[in-house]
Amino acid sequence: MTVILETKSLNKEFGAVIAAKDLDVRIAKGEIVGVIGSNGAGKTTFINMVTGYLKPTRGEILFNGKSILGHSPRAITRAGMARSFQVAQLFPEMTVLDNLIVALAAAESPRPSFLSPLRSDKRVARAEDILREFGVENYRDSMVTAVPQGARKLVDIAMALIGNPQMLLLDEPTSGVSMDEKTGLMDTVMNAVRQHGVTVLFVEHDMDVVERYVSRVLAFYSGEIIADGQPSAVLADERVRDLVTGHRPTHKKGNGAS
Amino acid sequence: MRFDKTEISLAAVAIACVLFGFVSPGWLIFLLTIAFAKALVVQGVVMQMRSGLVSFGQGLFYCIGGYTVGMGGQFFGIHDAIAALSLGMLVAIAVAMVLGLLLTRYRDIFFAMLSLAFSMILFGILVKSPGLGSTDGFNVHNWTIFGWAPDGGESSQHTVFTLTVLAGLMIAVLIHRYTKAGIGVICEAVRENEVRVEYLGLSPRWLLYGNYVSAAAVSALGGGLTALATGHVDPEMAYWTTSGEFIFIALLGGLGHVAAPFIAAVVFSVVRTYAIELVPHTWQMILGFTLLGVIVFLPKGLWSLVSRKKAGERA
Ligand SMILES: Nc1ncnc2c1ncn2[C@@H]1O[C@H](COP(=O)(O)OP(=O)(O)OP(=O)(O)O)[C@@H](O)[C@H]1O
Ligand SMILES: [Mg+2]
Repeated sequence: MTVILETKSLNKEFGAVIAAKDLDVRIAKGEIVGVIGSNGAGKTTFINMVTGYLKPTRGEILFNGKSILGHSPRAITRAGMARSFQVAQLFPEMTVLDNLIVALAAAESPRPSFLSPLRSDKRVARAEDILREFGVENYRDSMVTAVPQGARKLVDIAMALIGNPQMLLLDEPTSGVSMDEKTGLMDTVMNAVRQHGVTVLFVEHDMDVVERYVSRVLAFYSGEIIADGQPSAVLADERVRDLVTGHRPTHKKGNGAS
Repeated sequence: MRFDKTEISLAAVAIACVLFGFVSPGWLIFLLTIAFAKALVVQGVVMQMRSGLVSFGQGLFYCIGGYTVGMGGQFFGIHDAIAALSLGMLVAIAVAMVLGLLLTRYRDIFFAMLSLAFSMILFGILVKSPGLGSTDGFNVHNWTIFGWAPDGGESSQHTVFTLTVLAGLMIAVLIHRYTKAGIGVICEAVRENEVRVEYLGLSPRWLLYGNYVSAAAVSALGGGLTALATGHVDPEMAYWTTSGEFIFIALLGGLGHVAAPFIAAVVFSVVRTYAIELVPHTWQMILGFTLLGVIVFLPKGLWSLVSRKKAGERA
């Protein structure tokens, strides 16, 4: 097995709060990994560290065997690791189509053009394909602010996939989406992901959703990984039942990358 | 090269302006020249506003453009107007490339104040430079264009007007394209969500840097044209009230269209001229009320009158 992402004793402290404690994670190419854990367990912090948004207090992060510690989010994105956000991070005063076109242009080159139009026929056609692939073609010309949560999450994930990443980290792709929309949304995402052959790590509170898609689950609790393995084994683990699944969150604090 | 509808309309208006120049009285030509030249400086302010940054020191580049034209003629024998204007833009680009390294680290009020600080530094230097006339500044040498020397007075005035209109047209077309190009759109994206831009693998700082430097060049051209038109430069060009005036005009016009700063600059000049005549000592009050009115009733600037009308016609 080829390891795509590896963290070694990754630690993050916010003052007295320990948000990550000696995290040793190895993820193989092609794996689909679920991450569970109650509010404040450190799931977003893990993603933020791995994608360069937060600097770990201690530890090492290897992507394809090379250290990416201290690299900027854009360098890490360019290296092939993309992410989505707990709260969709889009350009609110642009249309959904323009959001995707910006992402397409960014994927083509890190140096944007000064005079040739961003909105080329080719990019519009590509963006329309993506809109259809994610089932959000109805929102093509809507401002993001006028688009429902579920569709925003899909656009956010679509933008992450546009750069053809090798690995995708999804922070609660179904948060803010109604119960009955969840599986539909995840099916769409997972279909797209499979077509791209991407390694995926996704955070999800709903155990039914987790079991449906993943071969492996990491259970976070208070900055530590308390269980790691097949979904059935992890969900049967006593500590997980006590500390994670027993205390299902009743409400969520919204926070994005910050 | 293909031109779109906006570009053709801009060209038509520019030609109309040039023709109008032949029949209109001198004072009006002068007013329009200064207004259009200032509008170019305002374009630089607007370019940055689109990216979410308010430059409170665009007078820096206005002044650099003006002083380069002035000094080029007085001290370095550069009498050709086009050469002097181009040199002004190059100097502005060079300065912006250095200052931009620091400025693009800052946002919001910090950017505004730091840009202000740089222009006030230039103001301070010029005021303390007797060789450049200190607070009085100095006169611009007689200039030529393509080897032809306008014989002062009306002929010069007319030539600068035509030159300003054509420069304005060129810049307007370029900015119109720039706004729709990668850098223009993604600078707006930076304003809306810098984190997302970063996670698309782009550098918001590099984008803002490119935008800052481009804006500096445009503003310097406005400064150079003003120097040619008035025949004089002084440190006031870099003073903070001058920069404030550019922001004023930018807000008056709005960010809706590349033509907005030109219209707003003309409206501004007219309002100010009449305000000074009407109430010589409290004309600023009239300007204040004008801005208040615009912010309250037309938060997207004068241009929203046009876009509203267009939307109405479509409906
Ligand atoms: N920027 C920050 N500054 C200070 N403390 C932070 C910061 N980010 C996270 N924390 C703290 O770190 C801990 C882990 O937070 P994190 O956001 O990673 O949890 P999470 O597992 O993603 O939770 P949720 O399910 O609510 O999204 C929490 O106690 C949180 O308050
Ligand atoms: Mg979280």
